[in-house]
Amino acid sequence: MPARKTLLDVISPVMVGPSSSHTAGAVRIGLMAREIFNAEIKKVHFRLYNSFATTGKGHGTHKALLAGIQGWNVDDIRIKNIFDYDLGLEYEFEYIEDTNKAPNAVRIIINDKMTIRAESVGSGEIAVTNINGFNVNITGHYNSLLLIYKDLPGVISKVTDLIQRRGVNIASLLCDRDIKGGNASMYIALDSEIEPELISKIKNIECIYFATGIRKLQS
Amino acid sequence: MIITETFDELLSECNSNKLSIWQQAQAEEAFIQDISEKYLRDIVLRNINAMREAITNGLKSKEKSLSGLSGGDCYRLKTSYKKHPAILGEIFEKITMYALASAEENARMGKIVACPTAGSCGIVPAVLITMAEEYKISDEELINALLTAGKIGQIVSNKVRLAGAVAGCQAECGVASGMAAGLLTFLRHGNNKQIVNSAILAIKNILGLTCDPVCGLVEVPCVKRNPFLAIHAVTASELAFADIESKIPPDEVIDVLEKTGKLMSPVLKETSQGGLAKTKTGIELEKDLAEKL
Repeated sequence: MPARKTLLDVISPVMVGPSSSHTAGAVRIGLMAREIFNAEIKKVHFRLYNSFATTGKGHGTHKALLAGIQGWNVDDIRIKNIFDYDLGLEYEFEYIEDTNKAPNAVRIIINDKMTIRAESVGSGEIAVTNINGFNVNITGHYNSLLLIYKDLPGVISKVTDLIQRRGVNIASLLCDRDIKGGNASMYIALDSEIEPELISKIKNIECIYFATGIRKLQS
Repeated sequence: MIITETFDELLSECNSNKLSIWQQAQAEEAFIQDISEKYLRDIVLRNINAMREAITNGLKSKEKSLSGLSGGDCYRLKTSYKKHPAILGEIFEKITMYALASAEENARMGKIVACPTAGSCGIVPAVLITMAEEYKISDEELINALLTAGKIGQIVSNKVRLAGAVAGCQAECGVASGMAAGLLTFLRHGNNKQIVNSAILAIKNILGLTCDPVCGLVEVPCVKRNPFLAIHAVTASELAFADIESKIPPDEVIDVLEKTGKLMSPVLKETSQGGLAKTKTGIELEKDLAEKL
């Protein structure tokens, strides 16, 4: 279900141009990738698809993605000249046409460790669609949790029980797995702040390999 | 709290409670965002100040965009007005210059306010800031005006996503013009009905506007379209102020906007597969740019 537009959405954001989808959306994808990776970024590889590839240079999409990775926001006037700055990381861009991918899609590989796929869906809205092969749908509108675990019966209820006990409402929940009994992912969007204590309790559940909190994007 | 979703609902809710559109909009938005009205107004003012800054920067610059397709026209217009004043007077001069200033600033990766989109970022600010300067309007009243415009845009966005890829430029510059017309009528102390009517007259008279950007960039025809549709908003406000009404009611016009967007071929919705983008010159510019960037 698409989130309803608010009045502030219509008169925002304050951003560097020229395009909400190709520039502001690209910054937000970079910011989200940075938030998901949540550790020092030394090397990043961007593969830009389709319209991101063909009109990306004119829209500054490549600069915008890198700016987001650096933690710069959509209104940062340094974005235009980002290549003049010493960013302290290696970066590379690749441009590809692939009709199987969304018009404004990107694949980001961070430190050769994490692969994030995302799309800019228009009006500055974004969706992170896949992390290391697992399907997710992270829009940046919610504080959320991302878990990777062994696919076993009862894990979902153990996790949601811990969340429910803290009186926190779940806005959406998406699970995926590679094969029965294999690796699984759980993405949970919450209606409140993420408490570090909740994450550490979830980490203690047997068969959870990885758990991280992802803060929502600032508007 | 009633969240109004159509122009009918908005007008009847304001009418029953004797509220201005901005008062209703402010109460609704503070409720939805779960913030105080004071904080909401602070955000709106921050955006108004960002609009001012974009205009100021745009007026000073002659710099081209990354592609070289735009930039320098605002300076040209400003210089020309000094020698040949606009026949429609100083307000016309300011609105056209300010709209170009923001739109060019956007194309050169400067800081602007997407209102409702980046490509249409010159229209609302041009009308708002011109009025602020020419009539010495207070920040508080400007906030009320932008809340009014925002509510108009929000109601349209309930029906159709404000994106060229979804419904063509009618949903970007067209809606921006409707928002600008509404705020202008508000600043001239028009009543709620006149405010909505001015927005609808602006939108109704731009239905079917395509989105066919050359080289897929937010520059040709987007930049020059901003001063055109800013002035279009003034025409709408003048008519509405005289109680000239749209024969087709506001919500029905918005239905048409949405349906026309659906009927429009994808070729004319931001894909740059047709229209101006695929003219002989458009194709040549695209080839040149591919070599340059």
